Amino acid sequence: MEVSSPRTLAEALDEMGAQPATVPLAGGTDLMVAINFGRERPERVMALRRVEELHELTVNRRVRCGAGVTYTRLLEAVRDPAMVQAARTVGSPQIRNAGTLGGNLGTCSPAGDTLPVLAALDAEVVVRSAAGAERRLNLGEWMRGPKKSARRPEELVVAAEWDPAGSSQAFLKAGTRNAMVIAVANLALVVDRVRRRVGLAMGSVGPTILRAQAAEDFARGLFEEAGWERPHRPSPAAAERFGALCAEAAAPIDDVRGTAAYRRHVVAVMARRALARTAAAV
Amino acid sequence: MRVSFEVNGRQLAADVWEGESLLYVLRERLGLWGSKNACEQGECGSCSVLLDGQLVCACLVLAAAADGSRVRTVEGMEADRVGRAVQEAMVEAGGVQCGFCTPGFVVSIADLLSKDPHPGVLAVREALAGNICRCTGYVRIFEAVQKAASRL
Repeated sequence: MEVSSPRTLAEALDEMGAQPATVPLAGGTDLMVAINFGRERPERVMALRRVEELHELTVNRRVRCGAGVTYTRLLEAVRDPAMVQAARTVGSPQIRNAGTLGGNLGTCSPAGDTLPVLAALDAEVVVRSAAGAERRLNLGEWMRGPKKSARRPEELVVAAEWDPAGSSQAFLKAGTRNAMVIAVANLALVVDRVRRRVGLAMGSVGPTILRAQAAEDFARGLFEEAGWERPHRPSPAAAERFGALCAEAAAPIDDVRGTAAYRRHVVAVMARRALARTAAAV
Repeated sequence: MRVSFEVNGRQLAADVWEGESLLYVLRERLGLWGSKNACEQGECGSCSVLLDGQLVCACLVLAAAADGSRVRTVEGMEADRVGRAVQEAMVEAGGVQCGFCTPGFVVSIADLLSKDPHPGVLAVREALAGNICRCTGYVRIFEAVQKAASRL
C-alpha cells in the first residue's frame, strides 16, 4: 500500500490523473474501518486532509462547501437547518470531527445523512479532474446505486453547492439511539418560501436517495393555499396524505437495521412531523 | 515508511506499514498503551485522542496521513489543569470500574471542558455519546464531569 498526502488540489488531481486506481481518503470513518478489518487493501491511498482548497466554506448568496469540511464545521457554520440537523445526528463528536461532506458523497451510501438534505436543497455536487473542467451533478445524477457514484476514476469531489433556502427545513432520522446510528430511515424536507419550492428526499429506504415528487407537489399546494409567507398548521388529513405519499415513494428492503414495513411506516411518521415543523417555521 | 509525530510534547518517530492506524502506531510502535483498542471502527471511543487539537478516534486515523501532526493522548492529560481535574474527579466520583473505557472518557471530557467549562446535563450526554462504558451506567461518569467542572 502506498500513501500520499498532497498539499494542493492541483497536485491531488494530477496524481489522480496519473494513477486512476487511487482511493481517496477523507475523514477515514468508512475507509479505515474497511482497512482495519482487512476488507479492503487498496494499492494506493491519497489522504486529502492537507488539501487546503477542500476546506473552503462560503455561505453567502450561494453556499459552497468544500469536500473536506467536517460535520463539526457544517453544524457550526452552515445556516440551512436541515443540513445542521443532519450533521448533528452523524456519529459522535469524534466522528463529526473526522468525517466530511465529501466523504459522505464519495461513499455514497443510501444511508448517508447529508445526502437527502443535498437532494432536497437541489444541491450540485462539484467534481473535478486534472484534464477536464468542473462537472456539476445533482444528487439524482450523482447517486447511481448503493455506494455507487458517478465519480470517474480520475476525479475528486471538490465541493457541494446550493442556494440557502431559509428556515423552513427539517431533517429527521430513525435509529436505535440518538447518537452513533446508521439511519434506519432518514428524511429531509426543504420549503423555500422565497422561491416557492418544496424538496423532499428520503434515505435508507431505497438503493439511492429518493425524491417524493407527488409529496412535493402536494405540499406546494398546501403552502400555496396557506400563503407562502405565513406560518400555518396543516390539517390532520393533509398531514396524513403527505405522509402516505412519502411512504408510497419509498422502496425499502428488509435488512439488518430494519424491515421494509417498518421503514415505510416510519417514513410516513417522519414526513408528517417534518411538514408540521416546516409549516410552523417562517 | 517512517512517520513522526509530536506526541504529548515529545517528538517521536516510528517505522510503520502504510495501512496502520494511529492507534496501532501509538500502542504497538511507540509503547503508549493508554489509548485502548476495542472496536476498531469508531464506535466505542476508547481510543479517543486529540489530533491537531481535534478529538478523534485514533483507530480511524491513517498514521501515514497524520505524519507531522500533533497528538495528545491520555498519557498527556496531566500536563494541564483541565486534564488533571478530570482525572481526579473520575477517581473521586467512582467513574472508573473495569477501567477499559476510562482513558477515552478522560480525553473526551477534557476536550469538552476545555471548550465548555460548565456544560449542562444534555451537553455532557451529547459530548460523550461516542464513548461507551459497559460497567458504570454512566451516572458516576457524568458526576465526575460536574465535579471537574466545579473546580475549573
